[in-house]
Amino acid sequence: MAGLAAAFGSGAMTNSIAEVEEAELFFITGTNTTAQHPLIGTRIINAKERGAKIILADPRKIQLADYADIHLRHNIGTDVALLNGIMNIIIEEDIYDREYVEERTENFDQLKAVVSRYTPRVVEQITGVRASDLEEAARAYATTKKAMLLYAMGITQHATGTDNVKTCANLAMLTGHVGRPSTGVNPLRGQNNVQGACDMGGLPNVFSGYQQVANEEVRKKFERAWGVENLDGKVGLTITKMMAAAQKGDLKALYIMGENPMLSDPDSSHIELALSNLDFLVVQDIFMSETARLADVVLPATSFAEKSGTYTNTERKVQIAHKAIDPPGSARDDWEIICEVSERSGYPMNYNSTRDILKEINELTPSYAGITYERLVKGYGLQWPCLTDEHPGTPYLHKDKFTKGLGSFLPCDFKPVSEVPDEEYDFLLTTGRVYYHFHTGTMTRRISILDREAPEPLVEINPDDARRLGIQNNDVVELISRRGSIKAKAEVTDRVPKRVVFSTFHFHEAPVNLLTNPVFDPISGIPEYKGCAVRVRRCA
Amino acid sequence: MARTLSVCPFCGCGCNFYIITKGERVVGVEPSPGNPVNRGMLCAKGWNSYEFIHSPDRLTMPLVRKGGELTETAWDEALDIVSGRLNDIKKEHGPDSLAFLASAKVTNEENYIFMKMARAAFGTNNVDHCARL
Ligand code: SF4
Repeated sequence: MAGLAAAFGSGAMTNSIAEVEEAELFFITGTNTTAQHPLIGTRIINAKERGAKIILADPRKIQLADYADIHLRHNIGTDVALLNGIMNIIIEEDIYDREYVEERTENFDQLKAVVSRYTPRVVEQITGVRASDLEEAARAYATTKKAMLLYAMGITQHATGTDNVKTCANLAMLTGHVGRPSTGVNPLRGQNNVQGACDMGGLPNVFSGYQQVANEEVRKKFERAWGVENLDGKVGLTITKMMAAAQKGDLKALYIMGENPMLSDPDSSHIELALSNLDFLVVQDIFMSETARLADVVLPATSFAEKSGTYTNTERKVQIAHKAIDPPGSARDDWEIICEVSERSGYPMNYNSTRDILKEINELTPSYAGITYERLVKGYGLQWPCLTDEHPGTPYLHKDKFTKGLGSFLPCDFKPVSEVPDEEYDFLLTTGRVYYHFHTGTMTRRISILDREAPEPLVEINPDDARRLGIQNNDVVELISRRGSIKAKAEVTDRVPKRVVFSTFHFHEAPVNLLTNPVFDPISGIPEYKGCAVRVRRCA
Repeated sequence: MARTLSVCPFCGCGCNFYIITKGERVVGVEPSPGNPVNRGMLCAKGWNSYEFIHSPDRLTMPLVRKGGELTETAWDEALDIVSGRLNDIKKEHGPDSLAFLASAKVTNEENYIFMKMARAAFGTNNVDHCARL
């Protein structure tokens, strides 16, 4: 997010899901698309059958590897080196989009200076990817007109996540692949309303529509509309800083709506300490999650079927959902609960429905100004920015110029993963999702067919390593990191490269986040899930 | 049987489906044929997305920790405790001793007023969400 916003002026997916069908080439990295975004994955496979090419950059042999024309299995955490290497070739061979670079971007000379160091030979040493494969990928991406770059958490969940994203943006700008249909840089959001939570100002530095809290005019506007004085202009704490402040005792109270950081955060024993150290914890949710168990007050909320409102999908499309049934027992909509708490705290809000709230969002958020209730109920959703009642919405961003004017090349150097395997902890652990589950599994684990297909956590290990350690399929193995250990069954598979083990974080029986490394990307605050050093042991 | 248009809660694709209900029970979903995101399709997660709604594990009453145990409590009392404690802590330690985590699972409207509450009612920008993760 932060990396893309710095380069382009907006952190969202630049293009649309429907445009996937028209693309001629995909550069896919850090997204197990068929598992995480099945209907985007299906479109990619359909496009492939129609003749589109797929370049996959992923250390694991995920399902899309079966369809990939080129599969770059770079070492974990070497994304920046890999992408810099591709740009090195594109510049060396003079197949970049010179006109685009001159007219629409800035900082090209800096980019050139940095990537000049990433010759195919150097990159081969860092990433383990053959120079010839790298060249083939570079040429294909640069010379195909409709080339779409897609990424997800495999790119962002590193201590260098912001650098990874900036480097993806550099590559797309260098080749002129931003601002036309079926191109762009496309982060695929995991949960259904991540985009909306960000758009609505669920971030420490912005109000809705990414309007900065540090900007006095913006604050004045919200003060007038909200009838308050002195909104704070100082940027607040990110979630990871909140946890650190709680552990230190500076943060006293936390109000969590519909989330389960006990399972989704790295280093969960540290999170438990932080949450237990609070004077007061409120959790508002539909199930008794691991986090709710620690709360002082648990407020029962409603599921999607029991409420009306809008959600924003990964392609910036706002869509409306309607209430189908009444909530169980005395559970209440999240918005009603918030209004009650606010009113009892001396700040009444006076909304009668989510429709009233949407009206206020339209008035105060320029990019959502034309996304009104009346229009949403008539059509199939609207993509922001949608500036007026007549505005048709925006399927792809940065058409004639970037949101911020000129696109900025923000070159980055490769930095190795923060915890490199050594003699004692000789494997890299990487984490991710399986197809059948959603985030921490509080909802999907309660659906019997989904639990049947993927009932228990598995640790993937390469056949060579398994042989060396005497591990067979379904043996129970223990993974031990500097922070903790978990046990799970082994799946022996060449999906993972040597000296790498892979596990998921859906399962509370084997919470892999007990092991992961709480080092954070300094800009986005995203923790490093995608690489930490562990030892593997077969349990007797 | 009734049909209500909704959005799948399980990933960022945002497929549209109709929730099929019999009285107050959801009995299935049916993909929206016209919606350009999914055009009549759903994945396995989407087809089964309704099952958890009627889970016996759903929370149905506010719970307040009393004598160490989370205990069922009436809404009025639970809400008074929440606002009372948050305001006491704010008075004693300042607004930045409070923090709020918004949600990638609830609606835009709910996220909007959640951050409004943090900023306008409690005076802090300590607002974030878990989806960085
Ligand atoms: S049906 Fe599948 S692809 Fe569509 S939103 Fe739900 S989980 Fe995502």
